[in-house]
Amino acid sequence: MSPWMLLGVMAAAGLATYLIRLSFIAVEGKVRLPAWFRTALQFVPAAMLSALIAPDLLMRDGQLAIGLDNARLIAGVVAIVIAARTRSIGWTIAGGMATLLVLETLI
Amino acid sequence: MDAESGPTRRGEWWAGVRALAPMLLGVAPFGLIYGVLAVGAGMPAWLACAMSAIVFGGASQMILTQLWAAGTPAAIVATTVAMVNLRHALYSATIAPALAHLPRRWKALIAYLLTDEAFAAMTRRLGDDPVQRRYRHWYFFGAGFALWSSWQLSTLAGVLVGAQVPRHWPLDFFLPLTFIAIIVPGLKHRSHIAAAVTASGLAVLCFGVPHKLGLMAAALGGIAVGMLLLPRQSGPAGKERAA
Repeated sequence: MSPWMLLGVMAAAGLATYLIRLSFIAVEGKVRLPAWFRTALQFVPAAMLSALIAPDLLMRDGQLAIGLDNARLIAGVVAIVIAARTRSIGWTIAGGMATLLVLETLI
Repeated sequence: MDAESGPTRRGEWWAGVRALAPMLLGVAPFGLIYGVLAVGAGMPAWLACAMSAIVFGGASQMILTQLWAAGTPAAIVATTVAMVNLRHALYSATIAPALAHLPRRWKALIAYLLTDEAFAAMTRRLGDDPVQRRYRHWYFFGAGFALWSSWQLSTLAGVLVGAQVPRHWPLDFFLPLTFIAIIVPGLKHRSHIAAAVTASGLAVLCFGVPHKLGLMAAALGGIAVGMLLLPRQSGPAGKERAA
C-alpha cells in the first residue's frame, strides 16, 4: 500500500469514526439506539481486541503453538494474570514485556 | 448578570482540563506505544502522526497499523476500524441531549473530541442544574482538548523514540500487551469472558481466511455468544417477546 493509499484509508476510517461520534449528537438525541444494539456494543471491545491478538499469542508461523516453548503465549498469560490482579495498565505492559525478554534469552 | 461567582467560559474550560488530567497518566503511555508501534511497523512518521489527528482513537489506530502492516486490503482495514469505534455511538447518544441547544459548530467540535476518556469526564456534568449548565460546553471542550493535545504530543514522542529503538527489539508485542490491559479489567461478567474466549478461538480457527475477514467473523461470533449468555434484563426492553 502506497503512503497516499494509507492516507486514504486513514481518511475513510477517520470519517467513519467521526460520523459515528456525531450520529446521535446531530439528530439531537431524538433517535434512540435499539436495546439489542446497545447490548451488543458492550461486547465489541472484548471480542474485537481478543480476536485481533489471539493469533499473536496462540500461533506461530500460521500453526497452532500451545506449549511452553511459545514465549509470547507465556508472556501473554502472565500479562492477563497481572491485569486481572492489579487492573493496572502500566504493570500489565511492563510485566508482560519483561517476561517475554527474559524468556527469549532463555529459550 | 449578577452571578459574579457563577461559571465562566474560561473557568469551565479549565475545569474540563482538570477533570481529564488524572486520566492522562493512562493515555500518554498509549500514545507513546502507538507511535513506537507505527514506526516499528514501517509507517512513515508523518502518517503515524497524521493518523492521531484523523482517526483519534487509541485501539483503532493500533489496529489500523497492524492490519496495514499485514497487507490487508484498504476497504477491510477501514471497515474494521469503524467497527472498533462503533461503541462511540453509545457516547454520542448519551451526550446528545446536553448539546441539543448548541450551534452546529459546537456539536461538530464536541463530536470530534468524543473519545473514551473525554466521554468519561463529560458524563460527570450530565446531571447539572440550569445555572451550572450555562457554559457546560466549555467544560466539554476543555476535557476533550486536554485529551486531544496530549494524544498528539505523546504520539509524536513515540514516533521519535521508536525511530531510535533497535529493529530486533520485540516492539510489536506492545500491541497484545496493551489490548490485554484494556480487555481484562472490562471482563466483569462471564458473558464478557465467553465473548473474549469465543472470539479468540474463532480468530485462530479462521486465521487462514483471506484478507483478515476471519477477524470480523470472530468478533461477531464473540459478540453473539456474549449476548446469549447475558442474563435477561429486567427493564421493559428485556420483557419484549424477542426470544
